[in-house]
Amino acid sequence: MNVLLPLFIGAPLGCGFVIYLAFRNRDDKADWIANVCMMYLAAASLWSIKSLSAYGVLTYRMGGYAAPVGINLVLDGFSLLLLIIINVAGFLAAIYSVNYMERFTAKAKYYVMFLLMVAGMNGVVLTGDLFNLYVFLEIASISSYVLVGFGCEREQFEASFKYMVLGIVASAFILVGISLMYAATGVLSMVHLSDIAAQGNVSGCFMLAGAFFLMGFGLKAALVPFHAWLPDAHPSAPAPISAMLSGVLIKAIGIYCILRIFFNMFAMTPMVPFIFMMLGTASMVVGALLATGQWDYKRLLAYSSISQMGYVMLGAGVGARVIASGGPAHVATLAVLGALFHLINHAGFKSLLFLTSGAVEFSTGTRDLRKMEGVSQRMPVTAAAATAGSLAISGVPPFSGFWSKLFIVVACLQAGYNFLAFIAIGVSIVTLAYFLKVQKYAFFGGRKEGFEKIKEVPGLMCFPMIVLAVMCLAMGLLAVSPLREAILEPAVKVLTKQM
Amino acid sequence: MIIYLLCFVLFGIGLHAVVNKKNLIKIVVGVAIMEYSMNLLLVLIGYRMGGVAPIIDRETVAGEFVRLSVDPLPQAMVLTSIVIGLGVISLMVSVCIRLYEKYGTFDITKIKELRG
Amino acid sequence: MGEIVRNIVRIFAGFTLLFGVYIVAYGHITPGGGFAGGVLIGGSFILLTLAYGKKLALQKLSRSMSSTLDSLGALIFLFLALVGIAGGYFFLNFLPLGKPFHLFSAGIIPLCNIAIGMKVGASLFAVFIALAMVRVVKHEDGTTDYLEETDDTEIKQ
Repeated sequence: MNVLLPLFIGAPLGCGFVIYLAFRNRDDKADWIANVCMMYLAAASLWSIKSLSAYGVLTYRMGGYAAPVGINLVLDGFSLLLLIIINVAGFLAAIYSVNYMERFTAKAKYYVMFLLMVAGMNGVVLTGDLFNLYVFLEIASISSYVLVGFGCEREQFEASFKYMVLGIVASAFILVGISLMYAATGVLSMVHLSDIAAQGNVSGCFMLAGAFFLMGFGLKAALVPFHAWLPDAHPSAPAPISAMLSGVLIKAIGIYCILRIFFNMFAMTPMVPFIFMMLGTASMVVGALLATGQWDYKRLLAYSSISQMGYVMLGAGVGARVIASGGPAHVATLAVLGALFHLINHAGFKSLLFLTSGAVEFSTGTRDLRKMEGVSQRMPVTAAAATAGSLAISGVPPFSGFWSKLFIVVACLQAGYNFLAFIAIGVSIVTLAYFLKVQKYAFFGGRKEGFEKIKEVPGLMCFPMIVLAVMCLAMGLLAVSPLREAILEPAVKVLTKQM
Repeated sequence: MIIYLLCFVLFGIGLHAVVNKKNLIKIVVGVAIMEYSMNLLLVLIGYRMGGVAPIIDRETVAGEFVRLSVDPLPQAMVLTSIVIGLGVISLMVSVCIRLYEKYGTFDITKIKELRG
Repeated sequence: MGEIVRNIVRIFAGFTLLFGVYIVAYGHITPGGGFAGGVLIGGSFILLTLAYGKKLALQKLSRSMSSTLDSLGALIFLFLALVGIAGGYFFLNFLPLGKPFHLFSAGIIPLCNIAIGMKVGASLFAVFIALAMVRVVKHEDGTTDYLEETDDTEIKQ
């Protein structure tokens, strides 16, 4: 079983280079290799659930060297959650790409970059070494810079450049943080760093490193004062990549790293959770308000990503605040559970919504909501999937988004932050409003002239949308006991270790 | 201490160029300056006053070496970060070339299709 | 380029390549290694390009060949890491370590160095060629055009 861990990084890298070596100009072969590889990764990540519950935390010593000297791969509950998100969403996006990417040239090169990005993200969530995390983060980031500019049009290059500049600044902050951590402690292994933090004698260098990490990963996660690049970068990419960037990348290299570093490597003080809560609330409100004014479907979805990430940060911040002030354990657990639950839900419905936006663009050639009225009569599958996604993201009861938002709101109330709970509910209503706008204008409005010829997208593009739409409903079951104990609770345990 | 602060000054100069300059190439130069300042900081962290290079040869005595040599790990990290910087900057330059080809200018105030 | 530069490059390009190979091959016992040596290898081809133009350099190492070597280097490195799994660990050093300060020692490290040297040298040259190929042509009416040069226009004999 242990053998599977390095393959999460090795397999996509290997497949990517094989495609580039042998099938540079053979798009059909590249389709097969990439999809089989992603299918294997998705299956392996789901299989890891079983092995985690059987063996507990897995530590894989690369090259046979133990932790402070060698680099370890660690699979614990939190890594597993992200691993499932990355590989399952990646698999569905890869299937979707088979037909969608026909419009672009150089499909094989697209798959190379796609697989490199997946390898980088898998490395980020699996590694147990801080500098190694930086290297994988750069692999994922650089391939995402390329993929944002993949369309080779004016605005794609511009978005790619903007994203690249801010991404590099973020990476620079992260590297400075890492070097300060090394200067303060002399180790880079995460386990040892968390031991040092638990002893409590941290220097000012450590705190400075924390500030740099917050800025760097905050930029990568597009939390509100650092969000300027996201609404340009995510809509400019091809639709499956938008789904990967918004649904997976900002979580894997942004939120995951913030939570991992501040919950596990720093002794919790009341100050840091307060910043989390501020960032989360600001992201929630600003993202939602900016999204209401958008007429570009993908841009609206990008702003809504910022807003939904705010929920995750709010939940995590409330949990951390309760931990730091020594409050009741069940409140902290509920808050962190809500945050992680919303993380996995958001991966589902935001990937789905970006895929539907791609489907609409594929058939009608436009992303402007005002120009695509009445698509639902011609594209029933896409319209149904988009409805499911919209209901889930705005938190309408039977869908998954409702449960995670409910957890976060209840945790806020129990921790005594009634005002924040009120804001969270208000933002949820605003979300419903702008998704109703999408539904009204894009899918169910009056029939426009000139749309008689449009068709439903091909089956390979419908399949991922149907799967994700079903998951929007089914993921509510994650709150119920056997699934919760297998997937969510190990992750919560990792984060609430300090209690 | 002052030498570490100078590293951060260099970092600030790079950041200033990235944020305030209007020319794409100057932004790329700013990014390069930022990367060099980080590399310098990493090397300085591993440095030890009067230390020797961490290279073992036939005459090296193990105890003496451990006592005198500077920390080799940050140097390995710098090498990695240089490689990453090489990749990033070559990608940036290529995007700059394509942007010039589309817009006919390097002036960032004239490249504004997207509005935040 | 001028006569002096071309004569100097004619003499030294080969030595630069040779020195790069030396740095790669002795990377495990002296300072240096795959990346440093690879940069020298790539640099020798870049020197040729600068002095004699792309045509000659691409005859020595074509574009598709450099891309192939690039991927091949990465795959060899990954393969060495994966073979270690058979012995128990990813990246396990499964070859005999030998005596220190001898050329044939340190297990798989020299092999990894060779793979990295191959990758870095080839990809550096590929990046340089890709950037050098691009020419932006400005027309009189203000529009610009993107050309990929096929023939060598830089040097007129």
